[in-house]
Parts: sequence; C-alpha cells; structure tokens
Amino acid sequence: MNNIKRNDQGYLTDFSQWTKEVGEEIAKEQNIEMTDKHWEVISYLQDKHTKEEALSIRGIKKSGIINIKEFYNLFPGGPLKKSTMIAGIPKPKSCI
Amino acid sequence: MKNLVILGAGTSGTMMANHLVSKLSKKEWKITIVDQYKTHYYQPGFLFLPFDIYTTKQVKKKGKKFIPKGVRYVQEKIELIKPKKNEVHLEHGETIDYDILIIATGTKIAPEEIDGMKGPKWHKNIFDFYTYEGAKSLRNKLREWKGGKLAIHITEMPIKCPVAPLEFAFLADSYFVNKGMRDKVEISFVTPLDGAFTKPKATKALHYLLEEKGIKEVTDFNIESIDYENNKMLDYSGKEVEYDLLVTVPTNLGDEVIERSGLGDDMNFVPTDKATLQSKAHENIFVIGDATNLPASKAGSVAHFEAEILTENIMRHIEGKPLKEEFDGHANCFIETGNGKALLIDFNYTHEPVEGTFPFLGVGPLNLLKESRMNHMGKLAFRWIYWNMLIKGTHIPFVSATMTEKGKKIEEQKV
Repeated sequence: MNNIKRNDQGYLTDFSQWTKEVGEEIAKEQNIEMTDKHWEVISYLQDKHTKEEALSIRGIKKSGIINIKEFYNLFPGGPLKKSTMIAGIPKPKSCI
Repeated sequence: MKNLVILGAGTSGTMMANHLVSKLSKKEWKITIVDQYKTHYYQPGFLFLPFDIYTTKQVKKKGKKFIPKGVRYVQEKIELIKPKKNEVHLEHGETIDYDILIIATGTKIAPEEIDGMKGPKWHKNIFDFYTYEGAKSLRNKLREWKGGKLAIHITEMPIKCPVAPLEFAFLADSYFVNKGMRDKVEISFVTPLDGAFTKPKATKALHYLLEEKGIKEVTDFNIESIDYENNKMLDYSGKEVEYDLLVTVPTNLGDEVIERSGLGDDMNFVPTDKATLQSKAHENIFVIGDATNLPASKAGSVAHFEAEILTENIMRHIEGKPLKEEFDGHANCFIETGNGKALLIDFNYTHEPVEGTFPFLGVGPLNLLKESRMNHMGKLAFRWIYWNMLIKGTHIPFVSATMTEKGKKIEEQKV
C-alpha cells in the first residue's frame, strides 16, 4: 500500500494502481468486510468510470445489480463516496 | 441540396444555427431548426427572478428573434429520431430527412421521479427554480413568506448549472437580511454529495462563505421521498430533513424524445465523444450542450465553448477531414455570493477551479475563486452579452473555447 498514490481524503489518484488487494485494504480502513456482492458493485462502478459515465444513485438503481437499500447496507454512511474509494476511482463531485 | 437539422432552439441550438448559417454554402445546404416552444428563456436569470432582482420580462424573449434568416424554423414537437433512416419525425406527421443532425434538446427537471415531490404541495411550499414557472411562483411565495426553515436541496447529480443551488442559498441569505428578517429564517443546504463544495481548492477558499452566512450543510443526503403532509424529506438511510419552504433541484433528465428514439443513457443523455462532440453511435449525429453525457458541467458557458469547436468539426465532417479532438470541458462561470458580490470560476475536464486573474495575467480585471463586486457586475453584464452576442454566435473577445492557464495559480494536479 505504501506505493499507492492517494489524495488527502484517501482516494486513489491513479486508477491503474488499483488491485483487488488495494480495494480490500481501503475497505478495511472503512470497517467494511467485502463480499461477492460488494465486489459486484465495485466492478460496475469501475466499468462506469472506464466508460467515463457519471455515477448516480439513480444509475445504481437502474443497474439491476442492487437496490438502494442494499447499497446503503453494504456501504453504510455514504455509499457512493465509500464504494468509489474502494473501487479506486474519484468520488462524485460538483464543479467547485 | 443537403439537409442539416438542429433539434432544439435553446442556447446551444440557436448558437449553432447562427454559426452555421454563415459557414455553410447556401447552394448546397438547407438548415432547419426544430423546437416546440416559442419562448427563449435566459436561464441564468431564473436564479435572480425569485429575489425580485430580475423581472419576468428580463428573462424571456421570442425565440424567433434569434433564428437567423436563411434557416427554416419549425415550431413543432419532435416525435422520433430514426438514425438508421436519417429521419426526424414531427408530431403532426411531417418527416424531415437529414444528412447531418445536431441534437441540442437539453435537459429538464423531472420532479415526478421522487415520491411526494410533484404532489399537492408542488409550487405551494415545494418549489424548483429551474423553470420559468417555478422561479416565478417561488418569487410570489418569497414576497409573502414570514420565515421558518428554508431547505435548499439537490436531488441527485448531474444537474444543470451545479453551482446554482449554492448561489441560491447565498442570495437567499442577502434577501432575508435586506428584508430585516434573517433571524426568522433557518437556511440549510442539503446535498447528496459530501459537501456544498466538493473540490479541495474551492472548499479551502470558499467554505467560509457558508459559516459567514449561517448556512447549515446537510451532506450525503440521498432523497428517497418527500412526506409532504408533514413537510419532511426522507433519505435512504433513514435521515430526515424538515422544512417549511423547500427549494429543490429535482432529478435532471435528457428530453423524452431521446429515450423514445433509443439514443440515450440511463438519464436520457446522448453518449457523446468528449473531445469531438460526435455521437458515439452515429457518425452523422453531433450533440451539444446539456443533451450530451459529457463529464463537463451542464452550463451555457460550456455550450458556448462547445459551439465554436462543433462548428469547426461539422465543416471538417463535410469536407471528409478528421475531426478535431479539441473540446477540453472548458467552463467559465460567475457565481453570486450575495451582498452584490460574485466569484468567477474557470476550469475544464482535468483542472479544478483555481485562484488567479481573468482573462489577463496579473491584471484581471476579474478575480478567480475570490469574491468581488467586479465579478458581480460581470454577471449582470452577462445578460446583455447573452442576448446580443452569445446566442447570435458573435465571438466574445479574450475568452477562448479551450481553457488557458495564463493568470492562474495552476499546480501539478489532476481532478
């Protein structure tokens, strides 16, 4: 993990450095124990990121992978901000 | 004769008609623009209308005025786009063939997406300000409102002009101070993101504004429904926000015609190449402004910069030349901070807004990411520029389509 570049808030600054082990470590910091369902969501998010498509709660709802309640249960607190950190991609942002 | 068809006569479509009419050979090309609405709104003015800063007359004009001679203007609803046949079908049965299609159908609010939002309290104590009707009815409400809990709320991203809700909060603070009733109003800013500001430099430079104005942040709030009888918003994790007056930015979706035609993503935005503005699915379809799925802000300034690059790429497409991969996501926006002051931000796909001067190095006269009266004057002056230069396709001096790093405190950083 020492060589992995992360910003002040803990997000990876270079997605190419992401591995499943890196995701696992970040999940531990968030006190999240990863299951197959977690990884399914992570792959979906990474796929969206690679295609440069915006992430939204609505998109998750339409993805067919998970409903929003489950999404909250898997990543309690801020599901999008936590799951994106584990996925090694930037959190959803506004323009400022 | 070949046909170039523009769908939508808002900011983007009108600019494209004006740019292309002087570029395309009249002997070879016929330009048609289709839009069902007669009125062209100055949408940035919807921010000012609720506070009686602008009048209704200042934010709307007849759309026809801005469509240049030589362009056929069809005022009818678009029923369907058939990309395999290169056809656009209109509501009353007319079919328009195209050789090149420009989609500029924008985005609109969809309050029906959230249970309880567009119910009996819509435009009673739940308002939007992203439509003329919403902004006007909110103005009438604010004129008589006696105070209480004001919640300013973003449903989900992406939204048009992402800073507008924040500007609304700042202007609301000033408005109630001026009315001598600020102590009677609690203002909260409710967002699904992790802060009212989400980028490091802006947070550092501007977070004081929220503290100074006594605006409470409620973050990571993903709304599930509104209990309009008890004046509460509920989120998926069980959190609640109470309000007496709710000013919300509902889900923003692309136009239904995009969905009907099978051309959109989850939110009816058209997948578009972010550097060339060509649609990803069809090489003779180009997309501009809010209708795209680009990771840029949905804002008039972005559309303005896109229009310059798209005009060139349309010409290149016609001449069979490779398209220019030039659009960098450039946006340049004034942000009202209340008390007659404003900020200016300038950024693109990869650079977050930074401090500095604009447009000239060290001179300005406008300051980036810093409050000033000059910036506020700039924002007010922009209404004139919009009606008289921008949508008519006149180049605005010193403002380039791609972002310049001159005059900015740019560090090695990527957003």
